Amino acid sequence: MKLLIRGGRVIDPASGYDHIADICVAAGRVVALGQVPADFTPQRVIEAAGLVVAPGLVDLAARLREPGLEHKATLESEMHAAAAGGVTALAIPPDTDPPLDEPGLVEMLKFRARNLPGPRVYPVGALTPGLRGEGITEMSELTEAGCVAFSQADAPLTDTQVLMRAMQYAATFGYPLWLRPQDPHLARNGIAHEGAMAGTLGLVGIPVVAETLAIGAMLQLMRVTGARVHLCRLSSAAGLALVRAGKAEGLPLTCDVAAHHLHLTDAELARFDSQAHVVPPLRSEADRAALVAGLADGSIDAVCSDHAPHDDEAKEVPFGESEPGATGVELLLPLTLGWAREAGVELPAALAAVTSRPAGVLGLGLGRLVEGAPADLCVFDPDARWSVTRESLRSQGRNSPFLGRELRGRVRYTVIDGHLDFESAPAA
Amino acid sequence: MTLATEQLSADGRLRHLLTLQGLPREVLHRILDAAAGFVSVGERESKKLPLLRGKTIFNLFFESSTRTRTTFEIAAKRLSADVISLNVATSSQSKGESVLDTVQNLEAMDADLFVVRHAASGAAHFIARHVRPYIAVVNAGDGRHAHPTQGLLDMFTIRQFKGDFAPLAVAIVGDVLHSRVARSEIHALRTLGVRDIRVIAPRTLLPAGVEALGVKVFHDMGAGIRGVDVVMMLRLQNERMKGSLLPSAGEYFKNYGLTPEKLALAAPDAIVMHPGPMNRGVEIDSAVADGPQAVILPQVTFGIAVRMAVMNLLIGEAA
Repeated sequence: MKLLIRGGRVIDPASGYDHIADICVAAGRVVALGQVPADFTPQRVIEAAGLVVAPGLVDLAARLREPGLEHKATLESEMHAAAAGGVTALAIPPDTDPPLDEPGLVEMLKFRARNLPGPRVYPVGALTPGLRGEGITEMSELTEAGCVAFSQADAPLTDTQVLMRAMQYAATFGYPLWLRPQDPHLARNGIAHEGAMAGTLGLVGIPVVAETLAIGAMLQLMRVTGARVHLCRLSSAAGLALVRAGKAEGLPLTCDVAAHHLHLTDAELARFDSQAHVVPPLRSEADRAALVAGLADGSIDAVCSDHAPHDDEAKEVPFGESEPGATGVELLLPLTLGWAREAGVELPAALAAVTSRPAGVLGLGLGRLVEGAPADLCVFDPDARWSVTRESLRSQGRNSPFLGRELRGRVRYTVIDGHLDFESAPAA
Repeated sequence: MTLATEQLSADGRLRHLLTLQGLPREVLHRILDAAAGFVSVGERESKKLPLLRGKTIFNLFFESSTRTRTTFEIAAKRLSADVISLNVATSSQSKGESVLDTVQNLEAMDADLFVVRHAASGAAHFIARHVRPYIAVVNAGDGRHAHPTQGLLDMFTIRQFKGDFAPLAVAIVGDVLHSRVARSEIHALRTLGVRDIRVIAPRTLLPAGVEALGVKVFHDMGAGIRGVDVVMMLRLQNERMKGSLLPSAGEYFKNYGLTPEKLALAAPDAIVMHPGPMNRGVEIDSAVADGPQAVILPQVTFGIAVRMAVMNLLIGEAA
C-alpha cells in the first residue's frame, strides 16, 4: 500500500529531526521524508496537520497471554490493543502457560502473530525450563526459533548458582538476559511496598532491599561472567542508584521502568484497590520521583507498559488474593507524555524513551523514522483528552489502576510494516 | 472516599463496621454508650431483648475461629435475631467457590447482616463493596488489618475501669506485625484522645513505619511499661514462635512475657488486658493472668455487649 501522511509534525527521536513534513510509505518502507516525489501516487492520504508523526512505539514487556491463558486475553485482542496504543513492536515475556521454554512454542507464537494484523512480536525465552529456576533452557535453539533474550519474567530464581551459570552460558553466545531484580526470600508472600501504608493496612511488605540486594548480586555476577543484562521494572530510588553506578563502571547494563511506576505510589492501596496490585509494588513518592528523574537523565533506558491483561475474576477478590498486573499497552503513550510534562522533557526526547531507546535494548534497528527505515509509524494527537474506562479499552483485560482517570494523548493512526493497522476518528 | 467513610452513610450513620481507622470519636462513644446499656442484659433472668426479631444474621467465617464466632452468635441471639454460622473455611471455599459467589448466594437467602472473618487484609471492605445496599457488614477480623469489635470492647473495658482516656498511658505488647487487634486498638486509642500510646516488641514483630500509626516504639519492655495505666498484651501465634522471627517461646517470654516483676514497673493500679486465647508462660505469666490487675474475663463479657450494640446500631429499628 502506498501511503502519504501529509502535514504532520514529524519527529525522529534518535536524530532529533522535528519538522512539519510529508512522509511517503511504500512496500513497507519510508521511501520519502520531506519532499514527495513527483511520481508518487498514494492509495491513501492521511491528513496529519496538528498531529505528531513518530516512529511506532517499542514496548519491552507486553503479555499477549497465549499460549494457555486465553481466558485472560488472546493474540487477536492484545495485538489490536497494542496497535491502538501506537505500539508497532513488542517483546513478550515468557510467563505463558506453558512458559516459552521450547522452540516449538516460540515458533507457533510467531507463526500465529505473523498471520494477524498488529505489531511485530519478539518473544523472550524462558531462562530456565518451566521458569522453575532449575537448569537452563536450550538458548541457541530458542534463539533460532526467534527469541531475542532470556528471562525468568516474574518467577523467582532462588539458586544463585543457576543464575551464574545461566549468565556464563548466555555470555558465551552473546545472548542478553532480561532479569527482574528481586530477592525471592525477602519478597516472600509480599504484595505491597514495605512502608507505612502496608503496615497500616496489614499487607505483607516487599522491602526496597529485596530489589537492591538482587541488583547488587546481578552486578557482581556480570563482572565475573561478562553477561549482558537488561534489568526489568526498576521500582526504587536505591535500585536506580546501583544501576547508575554499574553503568558508570562500564558494565553492559540497561534497564527499564513500567509506565505506571512513573505516576503512582503505594498511596493507591489506601482502599485495598486490587487494580493497584502490581509487581514490583508501587513504592513511595520519593521512589517515584527518582524514577521520573532517572528516565529523564537517561539512567533508565526505556519505559514499557508491563502489559498484563486479566479476566475480572483475577481482580474481583480481596487485595491479597488478586493477581498482580495491569493492562497497559494502550496507556503507554499518554503515560509517557504525562511523565515528560512532569519532568520538563521535550517531546522528541520523551518519544525516544518509547521508540529508539527500547529499540536499542532490543538491538533490531527499529524505532527510527528516516528514509529507508521500516514503515512502523504512530500518528497521534498529543493533546487529545480521553477517559480510561472499561469501554474505552480495547484490551480484553479491563484491569487498570488508571480506570476513571483522564489522560492526554491519543493515537489516531498506526502503520506497521507499511500497513495501516489502526485508525480512529477523533471523538466527536 | 477513604476506608473510614465507606462505612458511614452521607448523614454520618454507621452502615458497616469495617475498621476503626478514621471512625469519628462520637461514633465510637455512641457504640460504647449503647454497649453500656446492654451489659446488664446478661445478668437478667431472661437474657433476650426483642430488638432484632425477624432479622437474619450470617456469621461468615472464611478463617476458622471458635471464640469470636461464639460471642457474635450469643450477641445476635440476645437480640432475638436468627443467626446462622457458616464455617466457609471448611465448606464452599474448598470447593473452589469465590468469596463473591458465597456472599451472593447468602444474599439470596435474605440476609440482613454479615459478620465476616477472612485471612486476607481488606476482605471485609471487599465484601461490603459488593453486597446489596441494605445489607450491613461487620468485620470480625481481616488478615492483619483490622478487628474493630475487639478494639471497641477493649476501649469499653478501659473506659469502664479507667474513665477518661486523655490522661492515660497505654502499652501494647507483643506481635504487632501480625496483629489486626493491635491496629484497631491503636486507631481507637488515638481517636479517643490517648496521647501516650506505646508498642513494645522486638524489631521482627513490628511493621515497617509503625510510628506512622502514632505510637512510640520500645524494644525494652521495662522501659516501655514504666508508669503505664493500661497494659494490652497480644497473642503470639504458635507459628511465630519458631522460624526466623523469634528463636523460641522461652526467649520471647524472657524478654517480653508479662511477669509480676515487669508489671510492678507500671502504675500501681494498671490494668492488664488480653484478647485471648492466652498462651500462659509465653506472653503472660499465670500469676498476672489470674491476678487482681487482670481484666481479661470482663473483656469477654463486655465483648458480647459491644457486639450487641454494633449489630443493633447497624440493623436495629433505630438504624
